[in-house]
This record gives sequence, C-alpha cells and structure tokens, in this order.
Amino acid sequence: MSSTLMVNASYLVAATCFIFGLKLLSHPSSARKGNLVSAVGMLIAVLVTLIDKQILSYEWIATGVLVGTIPGIWLAKRVEMTAMPELVSIFNGFGGLASLLLGVSSLTQSEGQIAAALSVLAYMAVIIGGVTFTGSIIAWLKLGEHMSTRAIVFPMQRWLYGVIILSVVVLAVFAALNPGHLPYFYVAIGLALAFGILATLPIGGADMPVVISLLNSYSGLAATLAGLAVSNNILIVAGLLVGASGLILTQIMCKAMNRSLMNILLSGFAKPAARAAKIEGEVRSMTADDAYYVLEAAKSVVVIPGYGMAVAQAQHAVKELQSLLEGNDATVAYAIHPVAGRMPGHMNVLLAEADIPYEQLYEMDAINPRMDSFDVAIIIGANDVVNPAAKDVEDSPIYGMPIIEAHRARNVFVMKRSASAGFAGVDNPLFFKENTRLIYGDAKDTLNNIIREFGD
Amino acid sequence: MDSINLIFILILAGFLGFELIKKVPATLHTPLMSGANAISGVTLIGALAASGSDQNVLTTILGTLAIIFATMNVVGGYMVTDRMLAMFKSKSNDK
Repeated sequence: MSSTLMVNASYLVAATCFIFGLKLLSHPSSARKGNLVSAVGMLIAVLVTLIDKQILSYEWIATGVLVGTIPGIWLAKRVEMTAMPELVSIFNGFGGLASLLLGVSSLTQSEGQIAAALSVLAYMAVIIGGVTFTGSIIAWLKLGEHMSTRAIVFPMQRWLYGVIILSVVVLAVFAALNPGHLPYFYVAIGLALAFGILATLPIGGADMPVVISLLNSYSGLAATLAGLAVSNNILIVAGLLVGASGLILTQIMCKAMNRSLMNILLSGFAKPAARAAKIEGEVRSMTADDAYYVLEAAKSVVVIPGYGMAVAQAQHAVKELQSLLEGNDATVAYAIHPVAGRMPGHMNVLLAEADIPYEQLYEMDAINPRMDSFDVAIIIGANDVVNPAAKDVEDSPIYGMPIIEAHRARNVFVMKRSASAGFAGVDNPLFFKENTRLIYGDAKDTLNNIIREFGD
Repeated sequence: MDSINLIFILILAGFLGFELIKKVPATLHTPLMSGANAISGVTLIGALAASGSDQNVLTTILGTLAIIFATMNVVGGYMVTDRMLAMFKSKSNDK
C-alpha cells in the first residue's frame, strides 16, 4: 500500500513538472529551464517506477533503455535544424508505436481475464497508436524527400477509407463482447497500420505542417488511451497535455491556410482547381549588384523567409546581411507566416540557429499593419504566403488565406530559383507588380553576392 | 482504479493542456512540438511496469520493445529540444 502511495505521489510530482515546464515555455527566455523541469519530472517518474517492488526483471528493462537511449542521443545531436520536421515526425511515430505495444501487452498480461471497458480502451490505444506510427513514417519519408512529396492518389480511396473505418468499428464491438480475445486485435492492428499509410499518402508537401501537428496530437492521445487501459494516471495526464498541444497547433495551421482540417486531409481527392485567370504584365528581374544599391539606401528592411530558405541553407547569409544593413543604420525585421516551412515554428528555429535575436521575428498580424513603412521587403524562398491573389482574386485556389502583405512595401525583392508557381501551383501576381524585382538563382549565392558588394 | 476518477483526471488535464499551450508563442512552436514528443514518451512508465513484472514471454517482449521506442522519444526529444532552445537568444546577449 505504501508503495502505491509513493508511486502515485511521484507521478503527481512528475505531472506538476510537466505542467510547470509547459508554463515556462510561454517565453523564449525561460523556455530552456521549462524543458529541463519537464525532463526532471520524467526522470523522477521513471526512477520511482523502477524502485517500485513489483518490478522484477531488470535485465530486460536495462536492455530496452540502453537500446533506446543510444539512437535517441545520436539523432538529437546529429540532426540538422533544417531536418527538424523529419525528426519530430519520426519521434511521433515511435511514440505511437510504443503506445500500440503497451496496449497489446496490457492484454497479453491478463490472459483473457479482462473487463470489457479495458479491452475497448486497449483496442483504441492500439488503433490510434498504429495510425500514428505508419502515418508518421510516411510523413517522414515525404519530408526527407525519400519519396515524392506530391499528393499520391489512387482510385476508390474514399471507399477504402470507409471500409477500413467500418471494419475497425465492427471489430471494436467484437473486442468488447469477447474481452481479451487477441485475434481481433491483430486484425485491427493491421487495419490501423494500413490506414495510417493510406491517410497520409494523399497529403501534399505544403500541407505537412498540419499533418505533423495532427500526428503529434495522436501520439498524445494514444498515450492517454494506453494509460486508461493500464490505469496509470501519469500517462493520462501527460498524454492529454501532448494531445492538446497537437490539436491547438493543428487548428492554428488550418486557420493560417484558411482551410478546414477535412479539406486538408481529403485534399488529394479534390479535382485540381481551375487555373486562375492569366496575369497580364511582365516580370522584371534584377541582379545582385542592383539590389545592393537599393539596400544601401534603405532605412528599413523586412525579410520574409519560406521553405526555400531552409532548402538553400541561407539563414547564416541572411544574418550576415542583417549585420551589414544594421551597420548601415537600417532596421531589420523578420516577418514569419505560420505555415512558412514544413512544421509550425520551423523558420524561427532556423533563424535562431543563425543567432538572430527572437525580438526581431514578428508574426504576420504584428507586421502587416506597418508593412507600408518598409523600404525593402526581401522574400527568400517563399511564394504562396505572400501571394496577393489570396486577398483579391476570388477564384484563386488560395483565396481567403491570410498572407504577409509584402506587396505593400516600397520595393519588393524576390529571391527565387525560377519563375515557376509555388507549391499550391498558383500564379503569383506579386511577381508582376510595378515595385517587384525578381533575383533569380540560389538564395544563398544571391545573398553572398549582395554581401560582397557591401564589402567593396 | 475508479473509472469516474480517471474521467475526472482526463477532463481536467485536457482543459489545463489547452490553457497552457495557448500561451506558447508562435516562435517556440517547433520546440513545443519536440518537447511534447518527449512528454508523450511517458508511455515508457507504463512499459516499465509491463515488462518488469513477472509475466509471460510475449508480454515481456512487447514491453521491452515499448521501452526501446519510448526511451528514444524521451531521451531524443528532451535533448533536441534543449539544443534548439539554447539557440534562442535575446538582443541583449547579442553584442
């Protein structure tokens, strides 16, 4: 009895640490401490669980912890900041898989002696865990470009979804009627794993921020359900904190794209939107040399980064340009769209990596009202998030999506590989505007050329 | 445990989660996700109990596998979050 009390007390301490840690995450200056507090909470919960005398075979535990720790450290140390979305999605997958395994083991443990409610909870943990696992693997493959980032569609997909979901529900009823009967579970696991793959394939690269957030939330939900199945409070609380986090991020991402979650999840099925009316006018390009003369005279500059900056690894060059501009008495701000990059906050991490202070990073709603006051807006590898068609072309597929209103700056420089359309496949009227100049080429090379001009 | 108690915890934790996460600024959303990832490795606690108690072979194997993946989440998640958060600097530190 006293041992149960001790375990529960330690779980309470751990849960408090998680909550306090998340609270400290509300500001960049305290965030690192928050992460540490959260980690200490986890350590306490792990140690007390180990000391609890029910546990006998330490050799299995030691092996498991060791085998898990080494790749964990290796991945965390080695990963490039640009590859963060891939790492987060593979970790999501592992979380889901762990919950799936725990769900199954909660059944094999009791060997048939299990209440119907627990059987259903374990069943749900297994389903969500399975979908999270394979869904995350596909997301990881797409993000790392180990496979095509385009939406992959095949005929009858919607029907297949329906059949799988129906079978899962029917199997749940069987699982409730025959608690602890494992074959139902094995079929259900197979269906869940297949569903994770099928549901993620039709989602294109630009919608990845939503998918990662959603899978993040699933991995939390799976932990909560597994916690309910094994009656473990800390799993329930911590899982829900993660579930809430993922859901809120999903909601923010959907809002930033002005699309419903359903629309994004099923977008692969929609017919490609009719091409918006052809834009009249010509694109004006300029060289890095010309850009330098404008920048040298500029007093205020706003940089709008997109995924292209990550691909070109241009964040350090951006910082160098910032220092030169500031040395020239100009102010530099960064405008960050919520869906810039491949996961929420991706751009902020890349800019932080280049030692750009976080006070200079502004959210879309904070920077738009003063966009008129900027002499130059530099757009690096972004397209759809600055596309004015979202505001005024009603039949544009991205109509209604909130954008960073770069077109209102006095001069707009667009660093771009070619004149092609963005991920959404939409023409960008911004490129045809009077005050816009395109600078073709690799963003990093272009920036370095401008930096060199400052040196001369 | 009493199922009503579990539901009690479930609902309160859900509300608390929403209130806490809403306050996290957009600039920290990536570390939030990787940190949340680490927390979702909490499955490790459940797995420790499952693989450690005196059980049949299948349970031990499943539990040990769960430990491996959950540990990777916990260790990797916290470490990479720390690495990222260490990069966030204020203007005052930036000479």
